[in-house]
Amino acid sequence: MNGKPVTALNVWVEGIGAWAPGIPDWAHLRALLRDQAAGPDAGAPARPTPAALPPGERRRAPVGVLIAIEAAAQAVAMSGRDAATLPCIFASAHGDAGIMDYMCATLAQTPREMSPTRFHNSVHNAAAGYWTIAAACHAASTAVSARAESFGASLLEAAVQVAAEGQAVLLVASDVPGAGPLGEMIDSTEPFGCALVLAPAASAATVARLDLFLHSASGATAARHPHAQALAATNLSARGLPLLEALAAAGTATLDLPASPTLGLTIHTEVNP
Amino acid sequence: MPALAVCAHTATSALGRGLDAHAAALARMRGGLAANDFSQQPLACFIGRVAGLEDEALGDAWADWDCRNNRLAWLGLQQDGFAAAVEAAATAHGRARVAVLMGTSTGSIGATEEAYRRLDGARLPADLRRPALHSLHSLAGFVAAALDLHGPCLTVSTACSSSAKVFAMAERMIRLGLVDAAVVGGVDTLCESVLFGFNALELVSPEPCRPFDAARRGISIGEAAGFALLERVGRAPAAPRLVGYGESSDAHHMSTPHPQGLGAALALHDALARAGVHADAVDYVNLHGTATPANDSVEAAWLARHLPARTRASSTKGYTGHTLGAAGAIEAAMTLLAIERGLVPGNLGCDAPETACAAQLALASEARRVDVALSNSFGFGGNNACLAFARAGATA
Repeated sequence: MNGKPVTALNVWVEGIGAWAPGIPDWAHLRALLRDQAAGPDAGAPARPTPAALPPGERRRAPVGVLIAIEAAAQAVAMSGRDAATLPCIFASAHGDAGIMDYMCATLAQTPREMSPTRFHNSVHNAAAGYWTIAAACHAASTAVSARAESFGASLLEAAVQVAAEGQAVLLVASDVPGAGPLGEMIDSTEPFGCALVLAPAASAATVARLDLFLHSASGATAARHPHAQALAATNLSARGLPLLEALAAAGTATLDLPASPTLGLTIHTEVNP
Repeated sequence: MPALAVCAHTATSALGRGLDAHAAALARMRGGLAANDFSQQPLACFIGRVAGLEDEALGDAWADWDCRNNRLAWLGLQQDGFAAAVEAAATAHGRARVAVLMGTSTGSIGATEEAYRRLDGARLPADLRRPALHSLHSLAGFVAAALDLHGPCLTVSTACSSSAKVFAMAERMIRLGLVDAAVVGGVDTLCESVLFGFNALELVSPEPCRPFDAARRGISIGEAAGFALLERVGRAPAAPRLVGYGESSDAHHMSTPHPQGLGAALALHDALARAGVHADAVDYVNLHGTATPANDSVEAAWLARHLPARTRASSTKGYTGHTLGAAGAIEAAMTLLAIERGLVPGNLGCDAPETACAAQLALASEARRVDVALSNSFGFGGNNACLAFARAGATA
């Protein structure tokens, strides 16, 4: 017996997090996106220092991990949920491309001098590991990539998990610049991270409803705000900014995001008053 | 959960190309590890190398994707009629109704490493300036293109649990009705990063790995490709089935497992619950069994604590090495072989087993009916997956 084809999924947003240079949290990003003339805050810290991590880890963790965890913590706090209960998905187009440059350069010259700490920080699920340890979270965790379409593909996976298991899920998308010769290959030249807590039903914590529709690929809605456009052009995870723009605004919106070279998502958003 | 049929599956590793080669090696307890002849600079250890990849360049149509990892993916897809089975599913359901979900930890990083060895000034050499290769998603992107599939496409990279978790992702998508079939699997290849990286962590054994042996000294690294085609059971009622899975996090430490195996217990509990079976029904478990001191002692205790004396168990990493991102997929293949061919693989490399699991550990391969079997994959950062498979009709 064949299942009836399903091409739509609904999720309810309960928490949003964000970090970029000069944009330390979702409140700042939301205010910026609502004001075409606004820009990032030049005085903001150059890297986040998420309280969610113990002080030693905060000092030692790579900046990509810090950004992911900062965004995650903001979204979870906004949702009012306990981080320990949330299955989590950490998406990144390229992971820590800076460590990849270090590793490949070291391997080409003096492979035995490879740093064990940098090696274990190079795994794609490093942020997921740091997060679940800090949050004492025993729920399922994953780390994913779909390169240029990572944001759309991971949003789809998050919606699948929410709908299939009837439980709220934390989605984090972040990327950092590369370094060295590899830098040219990875499409991110500025850091950015964002996070969503997605739930299977409306609740008192609901910020917005998302209806996702799957279809063959049909392009991408561009961000409207000039700074959002700049972020999206310099960071693959920031290609989710059109969705964040819709969540920053009142009312309803419709946008397209690619989930693969052959699969597109149309997202209808309805923000709670 | 509603079970899924494993309509086709395949494995290629140091044991050879395809399921018959693997079944023969497991039955005869003939391993594929050999002294490391791969790395650019010497490193005294043993590896599980796939022979002949150097001679198997991808054809002109796929030249942009050419690298060791994608060569192994291509080679793997050609075995056991797997690519043909996928084409039949794509024709039956529609190309957009088939997902491609791949696990990998190396991706094509071997190509990035090579590029750094022959830089063009401050740039990668022109022939390797191919962005699609310098991403973990290279594998899934290549497989989707090579099989011409247009559904959801995603890479999971959670170290050693990567290509087990993709089975769970597929189950959810099919159950929801987003797709009707999924190509799941994993490919990891030998590269300097993993050899010298694990060496830096002092986790690599100087001798062939010895899972669960009291004198074990760490892992042997291998490369492999494993794939499975999952569809609803109506498509292949007699095929073995994915009947359950469990995923969990240890929340303990980046590179050592939870000392009481908490995450592993959660994953097992969830897998059995989804399968609707009791631990007493498990005939065989393919253990993660990496031969590190920490993993094997925790897993031995887990086995003794949670599974009955009658359950047979073994790690197969003594045959193939630890294939990291591909381990979930090829060990699923060997677990399915246990069901299909009535073969419990012997735990190669162990003479003096950990006391805790000695009664359950099969030191020699056994001809034995297997109806319900599990496969463990426990990754770096405490990322755990347990898959449950069963003969058609063996579970409710």
